[in-house]
Amino acid sequence: MSDVSGLPEDMKKAYGTASSTPSAEPSPHSRSAIIDSSPWHGLWALTNRELKKWYKNPVILLLSLIQPVLWLGLFGKAMNFNAIFTDGAFSIPGLDIPKEVINQLGNMLMLNVFGTSDYFSFLAVGMLSFIVIFTAMFSGMSIVWDRRLGTLNKVMSTPVARGSIVMSKILSSVIRSIVQAAIILVLAVLFGLSTTGITPLGVLGTFTSLALLSFGFSSIFLMLALRSTNQNTQMAIVNLLNLPLLFGSNALFPAGFMPEWLQAFVKVNPISYATDIGRQLLLGAGGMASLAFDFAYLAAFAAAFSAIGIVLSWRFLTK
Amino acid sequence: MTESVSLKYETNVAVGIDAGNLSMNHIIQVRELSKSFNGTTRAVDGISFEVYEGEIFGFLGPNGAGKTTTISMLTTLLRPTSGSATICGFDILKEPNEVRKRIGVVPQEYTADEDLTGYENIMFCADLYGIPRRISRERAAELLQLVELESAKDRKVETYSGGMRRRLELACGLINHPQVLFLDEPTLGLDVQTRAAVWQYIRRLKDEYGMTLFLTTHYLEEADSLCDRIAIIDHGKIVRIGSPKELKDSLGGDIIELGIQENDKEEDPTLLILGVEHVKEVKRVGPAEYRIKSELGEVTAPMIIHRLISNGYHVSKISLMRPTLDQVYLELTGKSIREENGDQTQFRRQRATLRRARS
Repeated sequence: MSDVSGLPEDMKKAYGTASSTPSAEPSPHSRSAIIDSSPWHGLWALTNRELKKWYKNPVILLLSLIQPVLWLGLFGKAMNFNAIFTDGAFSIPGLDIPKEVINQLGNMLMLNVFGTSDYFSFLAVGMLSFIVIFTAMFSGMSIVWDRRLGTLNKVMSTPVARGSIVMSKILSSVIRSIVQAAIILVLAVLFGLSTTGITPLGVLGTFTSLALLSFGFSSIFLMLALRSTNQNTQMAIVNLLNLPLLFGSNALFPAGFMPEWLQAFVKVNPISYATDIGRQLLLGAGGMASLAFDFAYLAAFAAAFSAIGIVLSWRFLTK
Repeated sequence: MTESVSLKYETNVAVGIDAGNLSMNHIIQVRELSKSFNGTTRAVDGISFEVYEGEIFGFLGPNGAGKTTTISMLTTLLRPTSGSATICGFDILKEPNEVRKRIGVVPQEYTADEDLTGYENIMFCADLYGIPRRISRERAAELLQLVELESAKDRKVETYSGGMRRRLELACGLINHPQVLFLDEPTLGLDVQTRAAVWQYIRRLKDEYGMTLFLTTHYLEEADSLCDRIAIIDHGKIVRIGSPKELKDSLGGDIIELGIQENDKEEDPTLLILGVEHVKEVKRVGPAEYRIKSELGEVTAPMIIHRLISNGYHVSKISLMRPTLDQVYLELTGKSIREENGDQTQFRRQRATLRRARS
């Protein structure tokens, strides 16, 4: 216990000033002199804490990759549309159509429907959006956990900006999404994604769009979790929105062949725009909208919802 | 410091606190503070009190009395429904960030991240206060030494015992060198030895740094041995406030029980005993048995015996009981076992804390 006597003077001095009168000489060690009062202090510390939990636990990273990989393998490879339409997969009785013609027709059919002659590549780009959405959906869970464990209260009793608390969760979700999407892209290339049209600029553009998508969706799911103390509610919301969001986009199928009402939903679903950017930049496929419009739509989506998220956090984090 | 001091004065003027309350040694001032949940349950019901600078102030009460709600409001986690409070001269509602800079909070739960090491956890807290690395490294080392966790600092928190976790929480709460440290049930679930160690740290913070400590507890002996002043809170209201001694004295002093063989004259000795200084009440509780309520029992008892003997009585036995805080507490809060007030979150957190403390 005697070790306290060895504490440096400044600690004692700091406490000494606490009991002095307000007219006392300002101490160089006083609190206000050393506390960084920029509104964003602590943002990186909070983000880093989230990320550390993630990269220090590789099992979770691997598990989160399994599902999109399964989709790629099962859906992308099993739904072998190319084989269905080419190489004598079908013939019309009584007509002797040359194989080349059938192959030609098949390729044209594929290009017409999917914008690329290979469904696996089409789906792989969709999966990039899929993993982003999936990560974003669970970003709300961490705030529910923090509330339950009391960590949120601990953080809120410090001068960290309330906006930083929410922003750190959004940022960590964005970073995680990007890393996971990059792994999925590499795996997809290994599985046979056509690399002919891939350029560094295209990859950069694609990941920018994915980051914007993640920003917007992470904000939405965090907002839903701001006051929640029950992770089961969060799970239910995730399960409810998961499939409609994915199937109500062009991630799995081209929107052109969907019924009108579904097309209307696909057109407002930001997932469609991120996927559209990926297909245009990575596969050289014809797009649903111009690149400029796609980016503008995603940027507006990200900006609007992260702004709403921060405003709500000012209001609703404190009960 | 100059900047914050001038701010402090502006605040006081702006809020319009009258001159009488401006006295600098009231580090916490609470005025008619109330909190209702869902518009009906009044968890805290118009409490007012002051905490003096440099004292250990205890908030004592049964579960669900409003202790944690009060501490949550003072640490700016909960918005009061009505009323106000200032800490270090700053209003908890109008300038919560100024309050947050000056307080440290050791919550009831173990909030440290299990996946990170003790050192990483402390540095995380330092970053939340925006303390530059150069200073926070130095402070983290000091605090780890203070709570005797130096040797365990690079171990993951999941390997820590309950006592070590509590000490780590304490170190985290001190990283910004707070003027007021709030401790919510600091010894919940700890064994006797660890509890004694935590008390020792708390006393040291007060003695060596003149820090003001505000703690809640439902352990009576903890409040009795640690606190300079205690507020007993029940059903959201403060029912008594004072030093442990004042509270005990409020019961009316010590209890002296005497066995008296009555003399030949068969006179009741009650009047005789009542004549002794400090005696307040005499009751015959059985044949030849008397219960006397008196101040300064250890002085009064010999005087009573002396008087009885010199008047021909024979004193066959004596017992002296000092009032305990338990008696005060039970008298003020009643003896009935409390119904849990249905606060699931609170219950869950306490359970989690206990579970981890024992792991």
